[in-house]
Amino acid sequence: MELDPVFLSRIQFAFVVSFHAIFPVFTIGLASYIAYLEARFYRTRNPVYEELSHFWIRVFAVVFGMGVVSGIVMSFQFGTNWSVFSFAAANFLGPILSYEVVTAFFLEAVFLGVLLFGRNKVPAGTHLFAAIMVALGTFISSFWIISANSWMHTPAGVELQDGIFRITSWGEAIFNPSFWPRFFHMALASFLTAGFVVVGVSAWYLRQGRVRESASRALAMTIVLLAVIAPAQLVVGDLHGLNTFEHQPEKVAAMEGLWETTEGAPLLLFALPSQSQERNFLEVGIPKLASLVLTHQLDGEVRGLKDWAPEDRPPVALVFWSFRIMVAIGLLMIGVALTGLVLRLRGRLTESPRFLRVCTWMIPMPFIAVLAGWFTTEVGRQPWVVHGMMRVEEAITPSLTGPMALFSLVGFIVVYSVVFIAGAYYLVRVIRSGPEAYRPQREEEGRAKRPLSAVDTPLEDAPAGATS
Amino acid sequence: MELIDLTLIWLVIIGFGVFMYVLMDGFDLGVGILFPFAPGERARNAMMNSVAPVWDGNETWLVLGGAGLLAAFPLVYAVFLPALYIGVFLLLAGLIFRGVAFEFRFKARTSRYLWDRAFNIGSTVAAFAQGAVVGAYIQGFRVENFQYVGGPFDWLTPFTVMTGLGVVAGYALLGAAWVIMKTEGEVQDWAWRTLPWLLGAVMVVFVVVSVWTPLAQPRVLERWLDNAHILWVFPTTTVLVAGYVWRAIRRRDEGTPFVASMILFALFYLGLLISMWPYAVPPDHTFWDAASAPESQLFLLIGFLFVIPIVLGYTAWTYWVFRGKVSEEAGYGH
Ligand code: HDD
Ligand code: HEM
Ligand code: HEM
Repeated sequence: MELDPVFLSRIQFAFVVSFHAIFPVFTIGLASYIAYLEARFYRTRNPVYEELSHFWIRVFAVVFGMGVVSGIVMSFQFGTNWSVFSFAAANFLGPILSYEVVTAFFLEAVFLGVLLFGRNKVPAGTHLFAAIMVALGTFISSFWIISANSWMHTPAGVELQDGIFRITSWGEAIFNPSFWPRFFHMALASFLTAGFVVVGVSAWYLRQGRVRESASRALAMTIVLLAVIAPAQLVVGDLHGLNTFEHQPEKVAAMEGLWETTEGAPLLLFALPSQSQERNFLEVGIPKLASLVLTHQLDGEVRGLKDWAPEDRPPVALVFWSFRIMVAIGLLMIGVALTGLVLRLRGRLTESPRFLRVCTWMIPMPFIAVLAGWFTTEVGRQPWVVHGMMRVEEAITPSLTGPMALFSLVGFIVVYSVVFIAGAYYLVRVIRSGPEAYRPQREEEGRAKRPLSAVDTPLEDAPAGATS
Repeated sequence: MELIDLTLIWLVIIGFGVFMYVLMDGFDLGVGILFPFAPGERARNAMMNSVAPVWDGNETWLVLGGAGLLAAFPLVYAVFLPALYIGVFLLLAGLIFRGVAFEFRFKARTSRYLWDRAFNIGSTVAAFAQGAVVGAYIQGFRVENFQYVGGPFDWLTPFTVMTGLGVVAGYALLGAAWVIMKTEGEVQDWAWRTLPWLLGAVMVVFVVVSVWTPLAQPRVLERWLDNAHILWVFPTTTVLVAGYVWRAIRRRDEGTPFVASMILFALFYLGLLISMWPYAVPPDHTFWDAASAPESQLFLLIGFLFVIPIVLGYTAWTYWVFRGKVSEEAGYGH
């Protein structure tokens, strides 16, 4: 069997970036939540906020640490596996990623130290300021990286000269056509992720009858936020889809599983698309709905995949299904959040064990939705690295052989599995031990700039007889 | 645009960044390399605590180095990384294990020895890989049409193994000098005893590499012969600095070894740049060939001029907030 370096590199990139992505998407939302808690505490001096903030900072530290180590890998992936692409796009990607480092990463790293260890070393106002800076840093970071990414989907402000992208307009390149919908969609996804984790964990404490005061406070305030954001995500997602319809119609055709150009295209609920036979099996759909959503007319025309040559079509089944998974979870989120809001208005939010159990089960959902969303976006861009300008086969490192790519792919899977298992195991322990374990201790002595060292839960149980 | 040479400015910026990284991550990698040889658990805790506050910030310089190269010298980025594919993977894996080991070790009880080992192996592999990069740079790369066309193991030669070991020894030297400065008692005694050996090892590698390089690379030999009137400064100063460290060891002068080791590194670094000048991707491509478009260099430079002072400002501020010594047991798992 021939080992294809392009295919292996695609899998490797997808694996490594997916692994990275699940951490930032959580920390971006959580950082804002912590900043909010700190601000409330600063204003009201109510210890409930301090207890919550203290606890979530501990969770934040672990997740952030994993985001950092996996991010370092990302910054070298472009060069190792896609050297032609990095050489060609360096005029744009280089400055953008460098700006991310100097405007965001240093800000996060430095102020995180103060946030984690500085509570007793700096005035309360400065501590709050540090929390805000960390939250700001996460947004600046996503600003730059989303700009880099959305430029690959909708390139603008550049021209291709001898295989090199030269910048003609920085403004157009940075704020490229799909930047704003993508940025807001991603920001809301981060809030949803952090929100559902907070809600799920709080609900779990309530079911166990632990830390009732802070848990019910956290649940009540977060559910209101979610009841606003979850529906907003539907609206932003719709705008995002319309933007894609304009700039990458073949991606939308794959998302809709539509082969023939159709007036009055149906919205498929279920189908098994076949790339080779250019048709779907077992289609179930709502007539005309896709046309209505995309063109706002019942008989609007939607272009089908057959308008593009077979080698220019993205892998349909993967795009089709990941899109459905994301939207289904989005609708589920709206349902849960609105139910919570109704319960809260009736004053029964913490009383329905069934609702609390659902909340806990929701914890993994935002992560699945986020990955499904990225899979839709990125797989839907195939076969292009830079849409319409550079194909994936052209982007690959010429000296890369199949066995080398296989070696690094297997290597990353092994390394990340170890790191992930240890990290997840540890995170579960932090959450199990709960806010009670992190009641503020005034004499806390910490060290700067070490995310995980803020967490004091031991990694395993003490061996029998050990004292500590 | 022709009035100022942007490429030269970027060369200084990136050169400075890489040097900062080497010094700062150098000593904390060195602590990891020395880790298993430390006399006992208490010594290891002290060593770990001495670098704990800073290693994370140090590694951000590596990220800046990567992104900065892509921005200012894309050819270097696009040739070095593919040419060193396997080495880069080992470097990254080393840094990951080391990073998480750092963190999990303090929380682990039964599995602590595993994290200790991960910390040591990760640090050593990362240091070796960095040394091999330097060796590969001296060797040069097979490049056609701005892309690397050599094989996966071209970088792994006896010469690069030598430079790899040299950097392992050099980082260990920095690490030992750091431990001397930051600790006391048993650990410090041990570091004092280790230091001469490491210094000896570094000097041996220095001599071997200095003889080997011009023999293997005619282009370096030529450069040296052309510039013999300045270049004699380097070996002489190196020997002087080594003698200075030797005296500090005899007098137990705590700060000197660290400063002197940093000077040694600076000398090696300058010597390397002069030997290779003006090639970014030897044997054919100069820094000017490797540069990105002037509009990109300028766009980033303007931002750097505004942002970097702010970054340095708040970094200095946090160092001030956390000034003073870290107690030996701080951060121990409780
Ligand atoms: C700045 C650039 C950038 C960013 C922010 C992302 N990606 Fe991406 N992605 C790429 C740049 C890229 C790429 C370098 O362009 C790849 C490699 C090969 C390809 O075709 O595109 C790619 C491929 C790629 C693939 C494989 C597609 C295929 O080959 O069929 C998947 C599944 C993802 N990515 C997933 C993600 C996820 C989960 C992200 C969340 C953070 C993400 N990407 C962000
Ligand atoms: C391929 C693209 C990406 C690259 C090259 C990359 C690179 C990095 C690097 C090097 C770090 C560590 C920074 C440090 O040392 O402190 C990091 C962390 C981070 N990244 Fe990424 N990243 C990518 C994708 C993303 C995406 C899609 C997002 C979110 C929108 C994101 C948001 C963040 C954030 C917020 C952090 C801070 C750490 C954390 O919250 O976990 N990154 N990234
Ligand atoms: C509720 C209905 C939703 C709709 C209609 C929707 C719509 C879309 C569309 C059309 C895309 C593809 C954009 C492209 O062409 O590149 C996308 C991508 C994405 N979606 Fe959604 N989405 C919804 C819900 C969600 C939810 C709940 C999450 C996560 C919590 C989420 C996370 C993402 C992510 C991370 C991406 C990839 C990044 C991007 O391109 O913005 N989406 N979404």
